Amino acid sequence: MPLYLTDDQAMLRDTARSFMAGEGAIAKQLRHWRDTNLEDGFGRDLWKQFAEMGFTGILIGEADGGLGLGHVEAGIVLEEIGRNLTPSPFLTSAVAFVEALKGTALRERWYPGVLSGDTVAALAIDEGAKHRPEAIAMRAERSGNGFSLSGAKQFVVHGVSADVTLVAANTDEGLTLFAVAKDAGGLDVEGVRLADSSIGARMTFDSVEVDADAVVGEVGGGEAVLSRMLNAGRAGAAAELVGIGVASMDMTVGYLKQRKQFGRLIGEFQALQFRAAHLYSELEIARAATLKAQQLLDEGNPDAEAMVSVAKAKAGRASQLAVQEGVQMHGGIGMTDEYDIGLYMKRDRVLNELFGDPAYHADKLARIHGY
Amino acid sequence: MTDLDAFRSETRAWLEANCPAEMREPMRDESDACWGGRNPAFKSAAQKQWMDVMAQRGWTVPDWPTEYGGGGLSPAETKIVKQEMARIGARNPLMSFGISMLGPALLKYGNEEQKTLYLTQIAKGEIRWCQGYSEPGAGSDLASLQTKCEDKGDHWLVNGQKVWTSYADKADWIFCLVRTDSKAPKHQGISFLLFDMASPGVSTRPILLISGNSPFCETFFDDVKVPKDQLVGEAGKGWDVAKYLLGHEREMISGMGLGGQGESLGAALGHALADDPVLRADVARFDVDQMAFRAMSERFIDELKAGQAHPALPSMMKYAGTELNKARHELVMAAGGSNALEWESDRSKKGKAPREWLRTKANSIEGGTSEIQLGIIAKRILELPGA
Repeated sequence: MPLYLTDDQAMLRDTARSFMAGEGAIAKQLRHWRDTNLEDGFGRDLWKQFAEMGFTGILIGEADGGLGLGHVEAGIVLEEIGRNLTPSPFLTSAVAFVEALKGTALRERWYPGVLSGDTVAALAIDEGAKHRPEAIAMRAERSGNGFSLSGAKQFVVHGVSADVTLVAANTDEGLTLFAVAKDAGGLDVEGVRLADSSIGARMTFDSVEVDADAVVGEVGGGEAVLSRMLNAGRAGAAAELVGIGVASMDMTVGYLKQRKQFGRLIGEFQALQFRAAHLYSELEIARAATLKAQQLLDEGNPDAEAMVSVAKAKAGRASQLAVQEGVQMHGGIGMTDEYDIGLYMKRDRVLNELFGDPAYHADKLARIHGY
Repeated sequence: MTDLDAFRSETRAWLEANCPAEMREPMRDESDACWGGRNPAFKSAAQKQWMDVMAQRGWTVPDWPTEYGGGGLSPAETKIVKQEMARIGARNPLMSFGISMLGPALLKYGNEEQKTLYLTQIAKGEIRWCQGYSEPGAGSDLASLQTKCEDKGDHWLVNGQKVWTSYADKADWIFCLVRTDSKAPKHQGISFLLFDMASPGVSTRPILLISGNSPFCETFFDDVKVPKDQLVGEAGKGWDVAKYLLGHEREMISGMGLGGQGESLGAALGHALADDPVLRADVARFDVDQMAFRAMSERFIDELKAGQAHPALPSMMKYAGTELNKARHELVMAAGGSNALEWESDRSKKGKAPREWLRTKANSIEGGTSEIQLGIIAKRILELPGA
């Protein structure tokens, strides 16, 4: 398969691009929800529109009422989300959550709401400040017909708004994922506004009782579920990071072509030209790595996991460079809230942490290669 | 089974039957490369057999037209041949500046006689070419070149000097940038000329480099007579050919960034990293960059074959690939410690590591420096002003 978009994929990109630049624009969504201080941090109407556009069904099979497309297509939408900093539960709900439920009985319960844009899903994985899914401490003890969950999670993106939260916990049989509905007793959710004005949550589970049918897949079979969920989430986050990086670069290069100092356009200075050209190079490489990871995931190729780590690390580094160079090259105006470049810097920071930062993924790649 | 699946299984079977076992071993050093030429120096019978059998099938240049000795394959089929060769670790049957640089330029700018003659020779490995571009006074500012080429009626007369001519002392022919009009603006007086290195008046002198090796030469032209039909394209329009060829040269050099067959530098260095967590982290970051660059290279080639690549993209590939290769060899040296400092011992294979490390420093200079590439990206892709 060639490593570029097919005609159908390019059409989806064009559709997603004009939709996100219109309905999902910064002034209309991100700034609006930030400044009106709404609890969700995103617009429920926009989430419904995502459903009407078909975006929420991209990864859901046709038999379940979805489009039966793949990670490449999900990534196309996410890159446009990244370009416009569009706040939405797309990545957690329509990508990671949908992927986690693939092949399980819980599809029937949760997929319809995702398809219609009514259901929001969150992921409760992290327990400390850094992403360490290999070292989950939370326990799930057998209790009655189901399990009793106790422990604490943090960085649960959309945890406040979620109708359902996927929770990773250890049972006697091993790691298990549970789909916990929002009305579960004993669950304390503390909403926390993050630097990018998205809403995360710290969740405390105090003997939260769930039925056996909340188990995603098999009891003790959580490694496989978590792995496919994280692969999807990481590849998706990489695509969103590419969008953030490219939009930051475009904005910055545009500024270099209009800002005059010393009687000439600052884009004439080689000191800035070379840095902009280097940034372009890094972002193109990040985009290629991300597309490769998505294609391998769609093929079911066993090398996909390594490439997903490459993509998340590379896209994270490239996007980080883009927002840093963006603020610096804009000079003073780049530090103002009025100008958008700083919003990209904040979103980049959050997405770099989500599902593991570049250091985590470089280390993971090294372990995959046995060193 | 699709046609491409069928092609893949045929290719796999054919390579299995025709690639000698010795040619599936990794190359030990540069001397294992097969360059063909008028007086070929084959290292073994297997090397000759591999070149001949591939040339016979047209697979030294799988995507060239069959009438010029190519395989006539589509981009998708060409990719499959490369993938299947990589799968069994098959060596490149023929290293050639004719294949990677001159050939594409002739396909675009050569006349029918030139294409039939030169491309077929290249495909079969019969003529080894070298590149006459840089001059002592024309490095990054290549278009200021001064090698003089006068129209003497029934022939061209060439006088001047080239430098950094790779393997000029081993080459049979040269593709050469010359100035046919000294009064025209510098980009417009240049022509693209082909001639035999055995012509009277051509001499070469190898240049000793910091690696202790001499892959490059100074090349001198003293009243060299060249037949009139050996000029490619129109006189005075050679800069177009030169730039087009440079794109292919940059594409070739960017291949340095692919880092050979091993999947991971860290896996290759292994034990050297065990008690050095900081170096391990540097290598892990390098492996991220390398795997990402490999994906970029695949994307670049796919886009190129589909006619979708930005014409200045080879500059980006050249920049990124060569900087990556330099980083790789810095890490290899660091992991090797004092073992990697030995320059002559048999233990060190006569200083393989330090000599290769030093060789890579030329990567970001030859074919246009990294700074030249960044300038091209800034000007032609980002469209920054006054670049």
